[in-house]
Amino acid sequence: MEIFGRLTIDSLPFYSAIAASGAAVTMLGALSVMALITYFGAWRLVLFDWVSSLDHKKIGIMYIMIALVMLLRGFIDAAMMRSQQAIAYNNDGYLPPGHFDQIFTSHGTIMIFFMAMPFLSGLINLIMPQQIGARDVAFPFMNSVNLWLTAAGAGLVLISLVIGQFSTAGWTGYPPYSGAEYNPGVGVDYWLWAVLISGVGSTMSGINFLVTIIKCRAPGMYLFRMPLFTWTVFVTSILMIFAFPALTVACGMLALDRTFGMHFFTNAMGGNMMNYINLFWLWGHPEVYILILPAFGVFSEVVATFSQKRLFGYISLVLATVAIGLLSFTVWLHHFFTMGSSANVNAFFGIMTTIIAVPTGVKVFDWLLTMYRGRIIFKPPMLFTIGFLVTFVIGGLSGVLLAMPPVDYLLHNTTFLIAHFHNMIIPGVLFGYLAGYMFWFPKAFGFKLNEKWGAWSFWCWIIGFYIAFMPLYVLGLMGMPRRMEHYDVAAWQMHLIIAAVGAFIIFLGIVCLGVQLALSIRDRQQALDLTGDPWNGRSLEWATSSPPAPYNFAVLPKVRSVDAFWDMKQRGVAYHQPDRYVDLVLPKNSFIGAFIGGAGFVFGFAMVWYMWWLAVLCLAAIALAVIVRASDDDTDYVMLASDVKEIEDARCAELAKAPRNEMADDPGFAGEPVLEASA
Amino acid sequence: MIVRLALPYRLQRVASAFGLVLLCSGCGALTSPDLDPSGPVTLAERLLLFDAVSIMMIVVVPVFIMTALFTWRYRGTNRNARYTPNFAYYWPVEILVWGVPAAIIVWLGFHLWEGTHRLDPYKAIDQGVEALRVEAVAQDWKWLFIYPEQNIAVVNELVFPSGTPLALRITSDTVMNSFVIPALGGQIYAMAGMQTRLHLLADKPGRFMGRNVQYSGRGFADQQFDAIATFSKEDFEAWAAKVKASLDTLDAATYEQLAKPSAKVPVTYYSGVEPNLFDKIIAKWRRGDEIDPSAPLPANGNRRMRNSGDLR
Repeated sequence: MEIFGRLTIDSLPFYSAIAASGAAVTMLGALSVMALITYFGAWRLVLFDWVSSLDHKKIGIMYIMIALVMLLRGFIDAAMMRSQQAIAYNNDGYLPPGHFDQIFTSHGTIMIFFMAMPFLSGLINLIMPQQIGARDVAFPFMNSVNLWLTAAGAGLVLISLVIGQFSTAGWTGYPPYSGAEYNPGVGVDYWLWAVLISGVGSTMSGINFLVTIIKCRAPGMYLFRMPLFTWTVFVTSILMIFAFPALTVACGMLALDRTFGMHFFTNAMGGNMMNYINLFWLWGHPEVYILILPAFGVFSEVVATFSQKRLFGYISLVLATVAIGLLSFTVWLHHFFTMGSSANVNAFFGIMTTIIAVPTGVKVFDWLLTMYRGRIIFKPPMLFTIGFLVTFVIGGLSGVLLAMPPVDYLLHNTTFLIAHFHNMIIPGVLFGYLAGYMFWFPKAFGFKLNEKWGAWSFWCWIIGFYIAFMPLYVLGLMGMPRRMEHYDVAAWQMHLIIAAVGAFIIFLGIVCLGVQLALSIRDRQQALDLTGDPWNGRSLEWATSSPPAPYNFAVLPKVRSVDAFWDMKQRGVAYHQPDRYVDLVLPKNSFIGAFIGGAGFVFGFAMVWYMWWLAVLCLAAIALAVIVRASDDDTDYVMLASDVKEIEDARCAELAKAPRNEMADDPGFAGEPVLEASA
Repeated sequence: MIVRLALPYRLQRVASAFGLVLLCSGCGALTSPDLDPSGPVTLAERLLLFDAVSIMMIVVVPVFIMTALFTWRYRGTNRNARYTPNFAYYWPVEILVWGVPAAIIVWLGFHLWEGTHRLDPYKAIDQGVEALRVEAVAQDWKWLFIYPEQNIAVVNELVFPSGTPLALRITSDTVMNSFVIPALGGQIYAMAGMQTRLHLLADKPGRFMGRNVQYSGRGFADQQFDAIATFSKEDFEAWAAKVKASLDTLDAATYEQLAKPSAKVPVTYYSGVEPNLFDKIIAKWRRGDEIDPSAPLPANGNRRMRNSGDLR
């Protein structure tokens, strides 16, 4: 049975009822999606319009679909941990030994790599090119490869539920515990290859976004006229390009240790685990800002739009973003002050960490000052933004505390740390992405999301957040370590039960998101976005139709100020039709991106199970696919000016039917942009 | 409707969140080891924590107030509030929003630098008494404490006199662990082939929880020990004599048995210890280059790592 490597029939999860049901749910989920596609006879649509698409908007939507599915999976892990800890006082709880540690590992891995990262790439793909007045990203084919490599990584995490086991080494995979000597099974390998394969995609995404921003801006879109979201994407892309290679190197070396018996991070033979930990956090800390900066960008857009006011302190916000990006590479050691480095080293990294609080504080105040003397409309994205402002400063406070080495000696590796980074990532990152999702959904699909259920979702999320994580701060101060499968301190249990209740309320928030989506699709005819500008927007993505034409802009807009679209509305040229259209060159669809992703998935699976022949075969297939694509000169098609005219005329007809301003009925509406001639 | 109703609830929620925190603190945290310390190290670490929280209130409280105030005052339906849609820059405000956080961070930075040096876990505690030297070894999933001066060893119990500083050398004979006794302060990693140091002091007698807090496998949850500060030196010596009376000794063969993975190991006493066992455990992972136990504590930086086994 050499050809199957170390894969045997015992690798199926029949050793435990909980693992088997997890596998069953995963399989059923996959099968029901396929059944639904078959039922609607949509295979042709799915394959030829979506899987093979190189359109940045469709790729963005697919990224976000991956993110929402993985959010659900990651949340199930969280709920299992919370319920285990709520009952495991002086008993073993309901999770079999060795299962709890797989769950906390997959929760962290999924939420960072396969929820937050795809959500981020999805929002950027969907919006950033439109914000800078571009027709596509710089490298549309690479974009598709990145999407499918991310999907391959997510697929590896999911299939580990069905075949074999997942890592027990935590989402950071610290050696030597994650080394072959202490963890010979396939779990860590699943984690490694999922992270490595999707990491390649993330690095290339960074390159793609950066080149797009540098090279593809519309005329007049100088750097200091770019919307804040695009600015944050700019900085995030640079961080991705510089940070992700560190992760790839660290995980690659760990894979060499595990698979080929090398000794980079082993206890013996001259290995040193601290080298891994340094490299990992050299990626890991910038990663935090990779995730949160675009969320800051979303908040900047949302707060200006729904305060119906110009963004306060644009230059300050840009400088703060850049400062955070630079500083993010100077703080990684604060993740292991307890390593035993000297007081000078610890104090240096501690001070650098606290300095980041300055630009972050500036941002918070600038957003508040944007609300000052505004006319605030409380749509769901704005609710998430306000909830973020209040909650985030608590997380910032606990972050500064942990940045002080002597305090960190007490609180490191306790639930205080868990509470802190969830306090950054849920209100900071996730609220930002959810705000972006509700803000830009009409742009992607042409109709608005149900506001009532959006608001319900917000309230469940924020109340659930406080109830779930404030007790963890307290538990950390009481000395409770993270990752405890069971415990013998009676005083902890009540806090853990409260935290589990909070997790349940967050679950209601996720249910509300589902209901919101379902109801909005059902009632979409009543909430159509006919103008493409549902919120009386300020930046260029609102100039396109909803959903935008494949080319976004028939005529590239000419940018004259920071709020480019607002300025166009003021000049009365927002919906101006040119005398004649020109032919447009657009990328043809291609299945090669999906093929490379699929081969990447099989390659990862083969490496996990030591099926060397299959791994070599997949690498060869990927190389061949790249050669085939690179040799293909016929990758674009021309959309004729007459076709463009047809699409644009249809849009003008819709605009004529549409209300002049879709926000005009809102009681808080402060008025349209004043035409310059009359001002 | 919900959106509109949301406003008054917002204020309530902020208040109730704080109430919740206070409630939780009331029912446990204030008597917990971190906030009710038994040694000067945790006490000093706690003081730094309280100081930092207080100074940061200068920024945090205004954010709460401004959010509540602006959200209420500038709600879209309030046509009495001033509306200045183009108000986007005002230099005094810019100076304030950069300056105030920066000033706080400067203040905090000085305290951070000073506190980090003062509370360096490698720094001996000067109490006018000679420190008790103990060597701690992390194993799967237990702690072995070797008392070189007394030539005894104990599993899962660390006994020392109160009022006498404790000087620990720490290593691991397995994966990376992290050693902490929250009531006494400090936390430091235990890594195979390397040693780290930790200095602690108990002001008063007591029994404290100590444990590994770095996840290390299946027995992790139970990898804790009792840290017992005796009332007097005599009590400690009486305890050491009791250990001395044990029939078990920790020779190389016994150690090898002990080092195998096992969880929930009861407290075990050894009346004699293989000479230089701690250094041999480190040397085992370092291709046999034994370290010089009498080497002085290296200066700051990473320079002497290879020679002394110290991480710095």
